[in-house]
Amino acid sequence: MSWAGNVVGLLLLGVVRLLTGAQARWLGCPPTAEQRIYFSNHQSHADLLMIWSALPSELRHCVRPIAATDYWTTSWLRMWVTTNVFNAVYVQRTRGEDSDEDPLAPVVQALNAGDSIILFPEGTRGNAALPQPFKAGLYNLAKQFPNVVLVPAWIDNIQRVMPKGEVVPVPVLCSVTFGKPIALTFDENRHDFLARARNAVIALKTQ
Amino acid sequence: MTSFIRALSESQQIGLMVVVIFGGLIATHAVLVCRSARYQSIATSLRADRPLLKRSWIMALVFVLCWILGSAWSTALFLGLSFIALREFITWSPTHRADHRSLILSFFILLPLQYALVWWGLLDVLTVLIPVYAFIALPVLGASQGDTVRFLDRNAQLHWGVMVCVFGLSHVPALVILDFEHSSTRSLFLVMFLVLVVQSCMLAQHLAAKRLARHTLPNGLRVFQWRPWLVGMFVGGLVGALMAGMTPFKPGEALAMAWIACVGGTLGHRVMAAIKHDKGIQRWGRLSGTTGATGLLDRIDALCFAAPVFLHALRWYFDV
Repeated sequence: MSWAGNVVGLLLLGVVRLLTGAQARWLGCPPTAEQRIYFSNHQSHADLLMIWSALPSELRHCVRPIAATDYWTTSWLRMWVTTNVFNAVYVQRTRGEDSDEDPLAPVVQALNAGDSIILFPEGTRGNAALPQPFKAGLYNLAKQFPNVVLVPAWIDNIQRVMPKGEVVPVPVLCSVTFGKPIALTFDENRHDFLARARNAVIALKTQ
Repeated sequence: MTSFIRALSESQQIGLMVVVIFGGLIATHAVLVCRSARYQSIATSLRADRPLLKRSWIMALVFVLCWILGSAWSTALFLGLSFIALREFITWSPTHRADHRSLILSFFILLPLQYALVWWGLLDVLTVLIPVYAFIALPVLGASQGDTVRFLDRNAQLHWGVMVCVFGLSHVPALVILDFEHSSTRSLFLVMFLVLVVQSCMLAQHLAAKRLARHTLPNGLRVFQWRPWLVGMFVGGLVGALMAGMTPFKPGEALAMAWIACVGGTLGHRVMAAIKHDKGIQRWGRLSGTTGATGLLDRIDALCFAAPVFLHALRWYFDV
């Protein structure tokens, strides 16, 4: 990653900390360098910054967020930020004409290379009190990579900082709470696993 | 004592303040360390005091540094403190999506504007900007968004927050505007006077209350206890009387002014305690307070209430 990306990254972190305090609460596990998939509720673009700021600086380079191609490649600036600052993995949200192509292929590639992933299983930003039902991506990844640790997280208050549709953020204290890792059990089906994952995230809301 | 201090030059008085403040902190620290070394059971309760003391060191250092550097730095410091305090207050206020514009107005227009008025010395304007114009503007902005659920509740809490965190606190650096016969740098000593008196009063009251048994009302709110309050008033008055030499007051006037500030501060602190109790929180800021930037409003809320009371008492009594 270029030095300009590093500088912009530090600047964004500074802004996030000034606006939100960016309190990181590692309740269920410590921040270690093992291969993980972090998944949390999704309310705002600043969610990624919150998780990012909670990680130690050494880990930030190898923890990569997932960016939807249809949103994050539309302008030069968005592309530059997601590539050079966050080292994102680009994913097609909708299936293309070639229906054999797995939309998660780039993520699989990243996980095979040893990177950790930040995933928002809702698929898009929500604005309700509780997260929307999780999409299947988390289940598919968990099945394919049984050794990767799945860490749930709850990002609190962030929807008040910059609600969907607003441009100027407002200072409110926010926190990220990381919970105990969950694992896909041998005979669990997709529906049960996703419900359990969603409950794990919701449980962190009140802790 | 007063005449001795008054005879010192300005830089000597500044040096005296630094020695006294940090000497006091060092002495308190030493006392606590000695006591913990002797009595094992006290050690555990003192461990709770240590974060308080560490915070006091940081606050004292930052404040004294900015104070020495002059009124520009002091004003900037209080602008930063208002920002952090208002951020904490808003975190626990009910805000809807429709309040976003009002919040932008409060943080990014009213807050800097209030401190710009302090810097420019426009005392008349800064006294009415938030109580009158923001009082009207904020709910009007809210009404234009169309969300009327809990409308009065949301807007009243927002205005209250801006009043306490911005309006109240801005009156501390605004003391520099008051023009006594002395030069304007002398007015900075009034800032030190107010801060030292109110904070020592609150610290003394807090420490005195810790040693007493907690009496609570049926709903859980701690009963107002006279003895810690009197201890706080005594300490605040003593500090004020001792500092009289650095201010335009005679010792008796300094005592009275210190008491006025302390009454405003302690009663304001009581009000904020009632608000916190209603919201079910122990302190402003986020939950466990493991990061350093939380809980600022708890420490300076007395100042927020004392400062306007003190400033206007000075204006009326001394006719400046």
